[in-house]
Amino acid sequence: MPRRAHVQTTLNGEEIDFLCEPRQSLLEVLRDELNLTGTKEGCNNGNCGACSVLMDGRVVNSCCVLGVEAEGAAVTTIEGVAEGETLHPLQQCFLEEAALQCGVCTPGFIVAAKALLDSEPDADEGRVRHWLAGNLCRCTGYDKIVRAVLKASEMEEVTA
Amino acid sequence: MKEIDYLAPSSLGEAYAALSNGKTSAFLAGGTDIIVQLREGRKQVDQLIDVKHIPELISYAWTGDGGLEIGASVPFAEIYEDDEIVRRLPAVIDCATLVGGIQIQSRACFGGNIGNSGPAADTVPALIALGATLTLGSADGTRDLPLEDFFTGPGQNVLGPGELIIKVNIPPQPANSGSFFHRFIPRNEMDIAVVNVGARIDLDAGGERIEGARISVGAVAPTPLYVAAAGDALAGETPTEDTFARAADIAAEAATPITDMRGSIAQRVHLTRVLTYRALNRALERAREA
Repeated sequence: MPRRAHVQTTLNGEEIDFLCEPRQSLLEVLRDELNLTGTKEGCNNGNCGACSVLMDGRVVNSCCVLGVEAEGAAVTTIEGVAEGETLHPLQQCFLEEAALQCGVCTPGFIVAAKALLDSEPDADEGRVRHWLAGNLCRCTGYDKIVRAVLKASEMEEVTA
Repeated sequence: MKEIDYLAPSSLGEAYAALSNGKTSAFLAGGTDIIVQLREGRKQVDQLIDVKHIPELISYAWTGDGGLEIGASVPFAEIYEDDEIVRRLPAVIDCATLVGGIQIQSRACFGGNIGNSGPAADTVPALIALGATLTLGSADGTRDLPLEDFFTGPGQNVLGPGELIIKVNIPPQPANSGSFFHRFIPRNEMDIAVVNVGARIDLDAGGERIEGARISVGAVAPTPLYVAAAGDALAGETPTEDTFARAADIAAEAATPITDMRGSIAQRVHLTRVLTYRALNRALERAREA
């Protein structure tokens, strides 16, 4: 049995600790050790953004971060985006604008878009498209996703 | 990924000790290259040394004379969110905002891009144009060298077995100087350069004549190129279409690219000429605004 490291981190606002092998990515830890399967594995090499999570407020590909690197960090996954039963404006707008089809890329898009609107609530279409360039979607053609993000940016809950 | 040890030294001394413990090592900074390389079996080492807890590597600062020293592990996002760097060294921003997408820029860093030593590394032509040097450290002390002297081949460099990159040093830029980084890719974002070019132009006090220029081209040779002859050809000249075209021709002559999935030899030579010409024009604009 390989030696496992003890990691303390803040996950979706809650202080937790977990054990993992140094070779396990944060993505693997989230899905396989912590049963948070909302974060998706797409390419597993940093190209598609499906595994996007927030780490200390910045959006990162969790396939390119080791679980042990989460020591002392604050991590937010798609599971931490809604407030209880109340969807985040981005989630609501993705539903209203039908900004998803198969849904595999959706958690990554919402987490990445959240990072943008948290820091730039007035982001325009060009900025949204540039920001989301690291998130791939093979279904929607992106227009619906961009519309959903722009709609969410206009909602009071986000800009307040 | 195969089993691996993980060390997170909190000082340079601890890092040097880790490098000499008899195990094969790789550095872990942003992780956007090395984690993928290890997972895909393209690289195998006994241990990863996380260099994001070493104070010298995770900070950046202006020097007294107006230079900028950037710790090897400072993520690009931290650099391009700094308004003073945006204002004073826009060519640094040109390249830092072009590497991968936002997720990559949250983690990836100059030390990683340089240490990975890819011929198409996007930050390198900009930094060479700016005259950057590297500070390397080992248990025996530190040494500085020009960035263009660091690379020896694709993925190869002069870094010794007990050595690491501590920081990138961008010297103070001349008064009437402007720099620009230009890249050609078939998409808008998230791709590896077919060709990339960094250019700097230093004008005289009157802004009429070129005192000196530095041109660097990437993805057209086994290492990023510093084409000194192209810059030298501009010294003493006035900035005109003809003089810029001549410098662009010299840069294109220095290119010895290969044909691969991203582009052919002919396309890359052509792009070297076009991008150098355009980068010089944009550098000139910035020099005139300086």
